[in-house]
Amino acid sequence: MPDALYLSTAIGLPYLGALVAALLPSNARNLEAWLAGGVALLCLVMVWLCYPAVASGEVVRFEIPWAPDLGLNLVLRMDGLASVFAAMVAGIGFLVVLYARYYMSQDDPIPRFFAFLLAFMGSMMGLVLSGNLIQLVFFWELTSLFSFLLIGYWQHAAPARDGARMALTVTSAGGLALFAGMLLLGHIVGSYDLDRVLAAGDVIRAHPLYLPALILILLGALTKSAQFPFHFWLPHAMAAPTPVSAYLHSATLVKAGIFLMVRLWPVLAGTEAWFWIVGTSGLITLLLGAYVAIFQHDLKALLAYSTISHLGLITLLLGLNSELAMVAAIFHTMNHATFKASLFMAAGIIDHETGTRDIRRLSGLNETMPFTARLALVAAAAMAGVPLLNGFISKEMFFTEALTASTTPSLLHSILPAAATIAGIFAVTYSLRFIHGAFFGPDTGDLPRQPHEPPQWMRVPVEVLVFGCMVVGILPAATIGPFLDVAVRSVLGDATPEYSLAVWHGFNLPLVMSLIALAGGALLYRLLQRHLNAGVDGTPLLRGLDGRRIFDLTMVFLSWRFARTLERLLGTSGLQMQLRLLVCAAFLAAALALLPYGLSPGGVALTDADPVVALMWLVGAACAIGAAYQAKYHRLAALILLGGAGLVTCLTFVWFSAPDLALTQLLVEVVTTVLLLLGLRWLPRRDENAGAGDLLARLRRYRDFAIAVAAGAGLTALSYATMTRASPEGISRAFLERAYTEGGGTNVVNVILVDFRGFDTLGEITVLGIVALTVFALLRRFRPATESIGVPDQQRGEARDWLAIPAVIMRLLFPVICVTAIFLLLRGHDLPGGGFVAGLMMSVAVLLQYMAGGTRWVEDHLRVHPLRWMGLGLLLAAGTGMGAIVVGRPFLTSYFAYADLGWLGRLPVASAMLFDIGVFTLVFGATVLMLIAIAHQSVRSQRAAPPAMAALEGDD
Amino acid sequence: MELILALSIGVLGGSGVWLLMRPRTFQLIIGLSLLAYAVNLFIFSMGRFPVGAPPVLEPGTAGDPAHFADPLPQALVLTAIVIGFATTALFLVVMLASRGLTGGDHVDGKGRDR
Repeated sequence: MPDALYLSTAIGLPYLGALVAALLPSNARNLEAWLAGGVALLCLVMVWLCYPAVASGEVVRFEIPWAPDLGLNLVLRMDGLASVFAAMVAGIGFLVVLYARYYMSQDDPIPRFFAFLLAFMGSMMGLVLSGNLIQLVFFWELTSLFSFLLIGYWQHAAPARDGARMALTVTSAGGLALFAGMLLLGHIVGSYDLDRVLAAGDVIRAHPLYLPALILILLGALTKSAQFPFHFWLPHAMAAPTPVSAYLHSATLVKAGIFLMVRLWPVLAGTEAWFWIVGTSGLITLLLGAYVAIFQHDLKALLAYSTISHLGLITLLLGLNSELAMVAAIFHTMNHATFKASLFMAAGIIDHETGTRDIRRLSGLNETMPFTARLALVAAAAMAGVPLLNGFISKEMFFTEALTASTTPSLLHSILPAAATIAGIFAVTYSLRFIHGAFFGPDTGDLPRQPHEPPQWMRVPVEVLVFGCMVVGILPAATIGPFLDVAVRSVLGDATPEYSLAVWHGFNLPLVMSLIALAGGALLYRLLQRHLNAGVDGTPLLRGLDGRRIFDLTMVFLSWRFARTLERLLGTSGLQMQLRLLVCAAFLAAALALLPYGLSPGGVALTDADPVVALMWLVGAACAIGAAYQAKYHRLAALILLGGAGLVTCLTFVWFSAPDLALTQLLVEVVTTVLLLLGLRWLPRRDENAGAGDLLARLRRYRDFAIAVAAGAGLTALSYATMTRASPEGISRAFLERAYTEGGGTNVVNVILVDFRGFDTLGEITVLGIVALTVFALLRRFRPATESIGVPDQQRGEARDWLAIPAVIMRLLFPVICVTAIFLLLRGHDLPGGGFVAGLMMSVAVLLQYMAGGTRWVEDHLRVHPLRWMGLGLLLAAGTGMGAIVVGRPFLTSYFAYADLGWLGRLPVASAMLFDIGVFTLVFGATVLMLIAIAHQSVRSQRAAPPAMAALEGDD
Repeated sequence: MELILALSIGVLGGSGVWLLMRPRTFQLIIGLSLLAYAVNLFIFSMGRFPVGAPPVLEPGTAGDPAHFADPLPQALVLTAIVIGFATTALFLVVMLASRGLTGGDHVDGKGRDR
């Protein structure tokens, strides 16, 4: 099990550290650095502890099942390749932390920096140690996200924000493509597990979906690794603090794309498509990056373009479909990480100590910073490929591969040696420019700060890295050899070719190419001296090709013009139009679904038509059409007609053996009508002459009428077709059989509500409660229109006494209705009734008092506390459910028994009854709350300074 | 009998849809209510029409689906009725608030009769 511990620590610890780092005080620079450095070092130790097993060819795995049925498990997996990358992430991470301690100034918010850095480190660790494709994509996106936060760390600076946004847009767009590609890959293989994917190379390459999957995955990899044509984001990411650049843009983030391509190389590479996409992109990036780097005046921009170029070199090697090229690619990845990180740090030191990074201003720093100059010199020499340094060896391997590949008869293959040499020349030129421009020449002395050597510990990381460059360069086989071998073997397995890591391979063609590159580079730098000294901005020949401008134009087009045009063409802010579209869409959806089957009536024998039902529905239909017709001008009439349709519906329920429904429908009908009546008072008077209708309006109405008729006809056809078919065997049988035997009630509908589907009911009453609270909240800020504030005619003069006798009866009915409600509640489990019905009935009792006595009178005499009722109801219902947990059953399991009450008889006691009481309490509270809230408005708006809804607020 | 109910559902639904597309808030409320009746009846009709079938079991027995009304659509419709009531109430209050804020009762808060 220690493996599991090592792996999960390597991923989890950085995140934990990030949390702690975020919470430390903002001036704790040393503490932060100790914490972050400690975390990085511990991660390195974890990788080292796994290394013995990995070195013996084993794959260290640790799996946490998450959703095994979907093939989604958290799989931590370390093989040779992963361990080398993880060591790079943790090791260079440690050095960067040490460097950052001295680089970051007192004024920078340090906790944020180290928290992001550690979180990024954790994401990188997760990425390289993922054993599951989906998990890999997840961490991939996390690296995009945290790199965004790190690049935009100096959020007050516009370039930092723009650079961060551009990096995020490009890399996460690539990440989306990668996700799609991984899904395709998982579909092809039938599993997202990396081991199974890696074992299925032949299946993948032969699959018809291979090309789409390849293109999508490469989109992800190439955007992340800043390969042409997606390279433009990397230079703009240089707005990040230099430690971030040294970490993200040399060793980690941009290497994620390389890592992915290496990881999937055994299963995706080896085809024409792979060569053309990866090879071409790599070649163009190699040359373009190197060429542009020469003409940069900013030290960091120069390094950024050289990074692009080197990534292009690695990509090209991967694209060559040769095992030896793969060895060279992994090797160069390691070498590039060391020398480029040290160069970034050197550039940061120069910036830190002189106040500028502009090569045109810098000069002669060799005098004032001799030690830094030596270090940078060695690192730059490694970058240029000078013998006895690590860059030389991998570059020799690259030249060899370029020569080998050129034997293949194709244009791209045959130009490779020439292209490689030219790229080598460019690399020497920009390396010379970096060193010569910054450290040599006269000491002009007009720098923003007086330059001097940095603090000793700020230089240590650079020293360590440069030392690494030299040792690897002189003794490659003895130092890096075993690690490289383990990494290569984990990728290539038995196909690992013979290769030799040696400084001297005899006087051969690659060596000649190296010498040409060195000499040519020096010559080119000499020739370009005058042009460079002139200090012209921009790259000759490529001025028009500004990645940033193209990106900006694209973004403006997509997010502004395109979106606006779409909105103008397809959007509408009118509710009528939206609803019309919605209705049409619903109609079309139903029609399309029915298309294969048709809508013919089924074969079941029809039941005889009952004239009573026919007559009833004649009235009902007339009511519905009348309501539709009258709703515009005669609201009250429409409301009454609506009630008519509702009553007929209610009678239908009675007719077809659904007493519970009938009861509920009846009561809801009453409450709804009263609610709407209360609302009518606030609506504007209707001017019947307004909008008599021009031709256009009439046409619109005809169209709507056609839609409505079509919808109605569709509903009729659909219902008829359904009703004339036998109903399928559903779950009703189970409910009917178990309602009494297991639920202890004879009213099956009620047992379903409070027992079988109790959880649904709990959700439903919660919704009801929320709606009531929303109504209450909305009405607290209610401002009626000025014209409807006055007392309406109906409440003035003798009209007030019209309801005198009914009012007396209503008052007398209050206790009667309450008792009936309780009766319905208690018998609900066995006979029609139950919590919903009882709650509604109880609220009708209160409602009648409002109608009889007026709002003021009721508020003076009766104080209902709806909020308390609601809270109590919810607590009771949920508490009943919890009770089951206490006795070790699942939530909402019900219990029932018969209690013997002596001469009173046997009383059925079910926990479901308690639940039903909760439902009752809540339904009552919610309904009354809504009614009171609306009714109260008429009192409130007439007061001069309304003490907002005093009656209700007395509750809280 | 099936035809009567199918026609009723169609008329209720058609009237509701017509009102949904009208410009006044009150028309919308009435329309939604009518549509709710139609949909409730439609769901209810999934249990077919057992005239005279008892809805309540004899104590102590397991029910046989052949002799009883189908309880499942009933339970579904019961919840639908209550939620429909809540929606109507909420919509009514939104309508009142919109009326107070815009001074009119057009669904978009502005514009003339259409």
